Amino acid sequence: MSGAAAAPLGKDLLGLEPLTAEQITLILDTAEPFKEISERAIKKVPTLRGATIVNLFFEASTRTRVSFEFAEKRLSADTVNVGSTGSSVQKGETLVDTARNLEAMRIDMVVIRHGASGAAQFLADRIESNVINAGDGTHEHPTQGLLDLLTLRDRFKRLDGLKVCIVGDVLHSRVARSNIWGLKKVGAEVAVCGPRSLLPNAIDELEVEVFDRVEDAIEWADALNVLRLQLERMQGGYIPSLREYNRVFGVSRERLERAPRDLVILHPGPMNRGVEIDSDVADGPFSVILDQVTNGVAVRMAVLYLLSGGRPELAEAAKSGGGR
Amino acid sequence: MPAKQSTVLDARMVDRTLRRMADEIVELNAGTDDLIIVGIQRRGVQLAARIVSSIAEREKAKVPLGALDITLYRDDLQTVGPRPVVGPTNIPADVDGRAVVIVDDVLYTGRTVRAALDELADFGRPKRIALAVLIDRGGRELPIQPDIVGKRVECAPGQRIDVLVEELDERDAVVLSDREESA
Repeated sequence: MSGAAAAPLGKDLLGLEPLTAEQITLILDTAEPFKEISERAIKKVPTLRGATIVNLFFEASTRTRVSFEFAEKRLSADTVNVGSTGSSVQKGETLVDTARNLEAMRIDMVVIRHGASGAAQFLADRIESNVINAGDGTHEHPTQGLLDLLTLRDRFKRLDGLKVCIVGDVLHSRVARSNIWGLKKVGAEVAVCGPRSLLPNAIDELEVEVFDRVEDAIEWADALNVLRLQLERMQGGYIPSLREYNRVFGVSRERLERAPRDLVILHPGPMNRGVEIDSDVADGPFSVILDQVTNGVAVRMAVLYLLSGGRPELAEAAKSGGGR
Repeated sequence: MPAKQSTVLDARMVDRTLRRMADEIVELNAGTDDLIIVGIQRRGVQLAARIVSSIAEREKAKVPLGALDITLYRDDLQTVGPRPVVGPTNIPADVDGRAVVIVDDVLYTGRTVRAALDELADFGRPKRIALAVLIDRGGRELPIQPDIVGKRVECAPGQRIDVLVEELDERDAVVLSDREESA
């Protein structure tokens, strides 16, 4: 049998802001052995056999939804996908009613992606099942933050003291927030860089360094996390044009070649090639963009595993000989 | 309250026992061809490594060494409360058609070995799986028996037996304690 029991995470994973450094490290450490499962001939362990997980995706997503689904299936959970189109959400059902109805079918966990900040918290407060935030509005995307941390830790063998600059559309980015909170908790130095119109007004409250020139960010950083320009969230007027954005803030090979060290490049995807990142950088030797995707499955398996446990009522039932 | 302890095997006895087990594994397999030795996390891994180096010394053969963490295959995951820590699993070679020897420190209920058999099956179809344990303390809850045993120890259900290895515990020993420490 394995050694000591892990420190509990609580019922839900809503963001990295409420977690402690120990809890974040626990998730990253737990993700390590899960990487190996995806390398096996039979990529499946029986850990969540019998558990039912609903993926409630109210916003478009390929990577995150597929990644969660792989993570769930590789742990042998039964999964159901619900989107906003083709479901009763279209008929005007509220989020809570949707979730309560699903819960009445005896589900164990809900993974939710929603356009409104705070949607995951709202749901978590109202249902018994574990809730995992897969992105809520411009608030947090904790599993993306965790997989970025894991990818950086793989590369640098440490996170403490690491200098990470988040470049681009910080204003609309839940990935940026999860990264900032997560990285700072584990001792990394964090900066942001982008046009002022795409940085939050309250950027000072996040206590990060701000670079107005991407050249300065490149000179300072060990790693760049290049954010996607969220064209669908731009109600106009944030930047003059995509071409100008690329010319001023685009991460290009020419800019990186002037850096004092080789920078590791992350991008949460989907990429706008030729806008925030040039193709020869995205596909270059210091890009860890595909490692991020691979690590995403392992991190999500770790979160599912850690949240699924710690149900004292089941342990009590087992001790008293009742229940299962 | 500190539990009353007695030493079942000291470091030299552990060493001697593991050497004998290594010889028995080679004898059982009629050589070292197609052999893979897999330790169960955690202390089974260290014991398996000793057995492999003992075989290397005696037989001049390098037997692949693997590690198996069975946590994700446990049958009590729904009831154990906080999630147990998962250790690394590493199966170094294709197990199809080969002879796998599982090594663990203590054989008790047999539930760990059940989980290990299920996990190994997900890696392939060995031609044969054998079980080698340093200590067999009895008390099986499943129809599982070891092929090679270092030492059999009669243990009451309230007693616990711990295998200590230098890599993790700073000394090699097998210790019997009177009281079951609450986990």
